[in-house]
Amino acid sequence: MNAIELSHVNKAFGDFSIQDLSLTVPEGTICGLIGENGAGKSTTIRLLMHALRADSGNLSVLGIDVNAPEFLAVKQDVGVVLDEAYFPEVMDAVQVGKIMASTYTRWDAAQYAGFLDRFQLPRKKQFKDYSRGMTMKLAIAVALSHAPRLLVLDEATAGLDTIVRNEILELFRDFVSQPNHSILISSHILSDLEKLCDYIAFLHQGKLVVSEEKDRLLERYGLFSGTAEQFAALRAEAVAGVEHLAYGGVRALVRRAAAPAALSLEKPTIEDIILFLVKGEKAA
Amino acid sequence: MEIIIRNFDNQPIYEQIANQIKAMILSGQLSPGDALPSIRALARDLKISVITTKRAYDELEAEGFLSTVAGKGSFVAEKDLRLVREGQLRQLEAHLEQARALAARCGLSLQETLDMARLIFEEELQ
Repeated sequence: MNAIELSHVNKAFGDFSIQDLSLTVPEGTICGLIGENGAGKSTTIRLLMHALRADSGNLSVLGIDVNAPEFLAVKQDVGVVLDEAYFPEVMDAVQVGKIMASTYTRWDAAQYAGFLDRFQLPRKKQFKDYSRGMTMKLAIAVALSHAPRLLVLDEATAGLDTIVRNEILELFRDFVSQPNHSILISSHILSDLEKLCDYIAFLHQGKLVVSEEKDRLLERYGLFSGTAEQFAALRAEAVAGVEHLAYGGVRALVRRAAAPAALSLEKPTIEDIILFLVKGEKAA
Repeated sequence: MEIIIRNFDNQPIYEQIANQIKAMILSGQLSPGDALPSIRALARDLKISVITTKRAYDELEAEGFLSTVAGKGSFVAEKDLRLVREGQLRQLEAHLEQARALAARCGLSLQETLDMARLIFEEELQ
């Protein structure tokens, strides 16, 4: 089964639109949604949570169409962290826990308390006095404490320092090590997603440009660095993106399959691949 | 069981895993019937993608090194290792024949070719 399925989804507002977006996240996997600010990541997530209604197309979460009446029950199975804070300002962590206990049928108070300790979140501090990092930690603690099968995370690691981010990535890995647990996570910190994800989906100006298994994407390309002369010897179909540097150097993203086997290429990062692909598109 | 993933290696991760498990089976470090970690556990422990881990196991299974029992996990298969070794030796012979032909084309003597081989072997040892 697919944890998430979008098929030919369109949504327009103002001068921005999501165009013909089709994306699946198979159960048991982690999909990283990447793209620059305004590419449509948060819109996609809001459409999935039915906080926004699509103009056309189908969306389903854990096998249930978001327009179906049963979708309300699905929300029990989905842990959501959005990029904006949404707890009432005057509440503290203990009060948030009480509200969640009456919202979620499978709320685990002991687990929640464990996360508060682990994240060193103060119990009596009011939410309005929270830092960005504390807000994200509280939202993640809530999302993980009601026995979800799917986590939907919008910039959940933004504003956290490297050490805490790694700790949280570790929690996400623990989460998917349980059978049938899946994650859709958006982030602009590509190195985090490169460490975590099985699939990478890249949105650019409302369109899905890349949707692919992460390791296959990394295997397909190599980074070339050399002189203009060496670069000219490459076949045109081997070049996916190119950057001419000062002092005669050329850096290029190369399709390994079309490049000579003896050519020495560096292993790219997801960030390299995305930057070259976007630049290539602008040049075209 | 020891598996080392090198991120800066140009060899795909699934190949790194498959080759290391294969080497452990061929060297007798893993014996037929030994249980391997589940795909999810291995992916988690190595901090890599489950899909990539599954690809490594699928490849090992296709080559007859592993067998997977639904609901129980993956095990080192009963495989005639002499046959595997035999196959690998034939491969080695074929590669050496290619190397000999290349050496001849470059006008390298046997001694020069052996010197080159020695260098490669010593590099690997370091």
